[in-house]
Amino acid sequence: MKRSKNTTFIDKIWDSFASVNLAVVIFAVIALTSIIGTIIEQNVEPAKNMKLLSRLFGESSAPVLFDVFERLGFMDMYHSWWFMAILLLFATNIVVCSIDRIPKIMKLVKDPLKPLSGDHFKGFGIQKEILLKGKPEKTKETVINTIKKRTGFNLTEVREEDGFQLYSQRGNHTRLGVYITHFSILLILSGSIAGIIFGFRGFLPLQEGKASSMIETGRDKVIPLGFMIRCDDFNVDFYGNSDMPKDYMSWLTVIKDGKEVVKKGIRVNDPLTYEGITFYQSSFGIVPDSGGEGVFKFRLTSKEGKTEEVNLKFGESFTIPGTELTGKIEDFSPAITFDEMAGKAYTYAEQMNNPAVLIHFSERGNSKYSGWILKRYPNTWKLPDGHTVEFIDLWGIQYTGLQVRKDPGVWVVYLGCMTMAAGLFIAFFMSHRRIWVKLVEVKGNTLIVIGATANKNRQAFERRIDRIAHSLSKAPEGGKG
Amino acid sequence: MDSSTFFGISTMLYIIAMMVYITYLAFRKPQIGLVASSVTITGFIAQTLAIILRWTEFYEIGRDTSGTITGFVAQMLAILKGILRAAPFTNLYESLVFFVWCLILAYLVIEFRYKNKSFGAFVTPVAGLALAFIDLTGMNKEIQPLVPALQSNWLLAHVVMSFIAYSTFALAFCTALIYLIMRTEKRTEPSYIFWAISMGVLIILLVTMGLDYLTFRVVAQTPEGLIKNYLFKATFLHTSGAVSFVSWFVALVFILLFWRYGRLLKRVISTFSVDPETLDEITYKSIAIGFPIFTLGGLIFGAIWADQAWGVYWSWDPKETWSLITWFVYAFYLHARLLRGWRGKKIAVVAVMGFVAVVFTYLGVNLLLSGLHSYGAME
Repeated sequence: MKRSKNTTFIDKIWDSFASVNLAVVIFAVIALTSIIGTIIEQNVEPAKNMKLLSRLFGESSAPVLFDVFERLGFMDMYHSWWFMAILLLFATNIVVCSIDRIPKIMKLVKDPLKPLSGDHFKGFGIQKEILLKGKPEKTKETVINTIKKRTGFNLTEVREEDGFQLYSQRGNHTRLGVYITHFSILLILSGSIAGIIFGFRGFLPLQEGKASSMIETGRDKVIPLGFMIRCDDFNVDFYGNSDMPKDYMSWLTVIKDGKEVVKKGIRVNDPLTYEGITFYQSSFGIVPDSGGEGVFKFRLTSKEGKTEEVNLKFGESFTIPGTELTGKIEDFSPAITFDEMAGKAYTYAEQMNNPAVLIHFSERGNSKYSGWILKRYPNTWKLPDGHTVEFIDLWGIQYTGLQVRKDPGVWVVYLGCMTMAAGLFIAFFMSHRRIWVKLVEVKGNTLIVIGATANKNRQAFERRIDRIAHSLSKAPEGGKG
Repeated sequence: MDSSTFFGISTMLYIIAMMVYITYLAFRKPQIGLVASSVTITGFIAQTLAIILRWTEFYEIGRDTSGTITGFVAQMLAILKGILRAAPFTNLYESLVFFVWCLILAYLVIEFRYKNKSFGAFVTPVAGLALAFIDLTGMNKEIQPLVPALQSNWLLAHVVMSFIAYSTFALAFCTALIYLIMRTEKRTEPSYIFWAISMGVLIILLVTMGLDYLTFRVVAQTPEGLIKNYLFKATFLHTSGAVSFVSWFVALVFILLFWRYGRLLKRVISTFSVDPETLDEITYKSIAIGFPIFTLGGLIFGAIWADQAWGVYWSWDPKETWSLITWFVYAFYLHARLLRGWRGKKIAVVAVMGFVAVVFTYLGVNLLLSGLHSYGAME
């Protein structure tokens, strides 16, 4: 938008911010600089990027380059001051552009459509002429009804010296679609800033059976939650007999003022939220040196069908109900597999992929047999004597890794996303359509001149107008022409 | 018959269609054109059936057979959820297949709208190449059950919309490239240099990667390992300095020759009887349709999903960043065209670059960069 020539300094700044040139330059700058951060790994230990740099530029120049890159903030690029400045420039550009253009657009949206003077009828992108029998007074109704039926336009009519002019517009508000989209970007940006200022993000490893009332958020900062969160159990499900995980689940309990207020099993894609703080399932593992804390849960069933559930620690014994057969836990493996050749069992993973216990059975002090019982394989639960030892769980040695987040800005971001979806839909798939129809009397008949515009997808509107012209010429009064 | 039979049939039909479309270009007989369209449509139907079959096969694997769900409504909901989550678009193989499906669909729409079969000779080779790429690289075609992070209701909407957008961008790329070839006259023109070099580089990349494949496929074992450890080791990065030097030299000479004789390509294309303005219009319309779909399905749904799964709606990981880069390139296209009035060659160059960003987002990030998104990797 051009202003008068004698502009002040502030006007010049305003104009440069309002220009689309700046916008496209910013797009290009954000796109190009962003590439850097996808090549240099962000927020990792320096050694990794040092290795990358020496591979790309050679051993000798890597340390110097690393130093330069570090000073430029490339190692945490998207949070560096200059990237923030570009984003700020982007936001300012959107605001100024919109303020600059909105008055003109509002005029197009708000002002009622006016009839056109004769010479304006020339030069429409979409133009049609049809000749109908009868005077304009008679043909007018047919024209109004046909257009209403075909396009939904409610035509306004004015009397002119040689006939009538009918005109109407639809979708004038769709011109705002672009600005709704721009506004949504501002919403998303402000929501994310609110999240950074008023929220936090941290990680909480929680051992089965343990509780915590605070979390660590990077750099040894500890934040109190205002309540206690306890992990009652953690479990991984696998697909069939494979090691392909199907589900990670943690059963959590929220304890507020000594009372259990919420219990929920969370999984990936299904977190728990309490008092604005959300707990996401993010990782898991075995707590080192926690073997002594582990509780083995077995369901013992004798041949005769007597059942009992027992909880045991490593090295402890149990007796099959109704018998004198006792079993003692002698060994444990979190992930067991058998080497067919050597006939030996060994542990193949550090996670609890396939937990197993080695149980030694004896009767009245006489050793009978021993064997591995696998949690995931029920066929290993059966004992030679017909009794069963079901390995239900090993509890207490795993931890669940919870991603903890409080982000009061996230709803603004979501709102921004919805606004953007609506704005884009309006901006790309809807259009402002205007139509003017002139009915002129020519020797007792009517010459109909249609002029129409659409700010988007003109072809579709043109086809629609073509159909109107076609159906008018098929009307009883038509066929003259 | 299972899904792979139908996938095989569709691949074959697309390759036949490609040959028929080229024959059609040479002879311009309407009967040949009709055969070309029929073969493409039959291939498309076969592929649709294949996708539906694979969907049901996938559904059977992930089905909850524990029988713990009781009540009619709950069971129906569980089945619905199972169906939604069994959408076969979760690894590189499946997504390439789906991309080809979208591309052919978009092409068929264009063919009927614009009554012009000439692009068929361009689009069917892309489809055939993508499917042949799957077989050549020995990509893992096994149905893999979903890891927990992928078990989300957002999966279907996110992936389907992303690929619809990708295929509109692919179409825009084809038409913009043809436009550039048709509209450039002089070899010294920047836009001529641009398309000649881009196409030259593309061909060199394909050839050198082919050489890597031939040389190292046994050592590398997997296509992913090949690209990660042996990329260009057969040519530019060969241990012998001489081979490496010759490779660079040959590549340079090739690009120069391509630049010198690129006009031959123009002569071929000018026989297509397509109006450059129609090409420009299709480019714009494809992007105008693809951009909002990409924004919503690719960026917004992706962000919401990440928020549900990890509590981070935007983490600047390479995949996210590259999709944002793609978004900015197309935003650049739209603003430059609609507000700055860029037309013709200048804007066609932007459309071509946009698709380069798309391909990098889709393949480059998984193969060359690391990130959270490990699911697209070839296994």
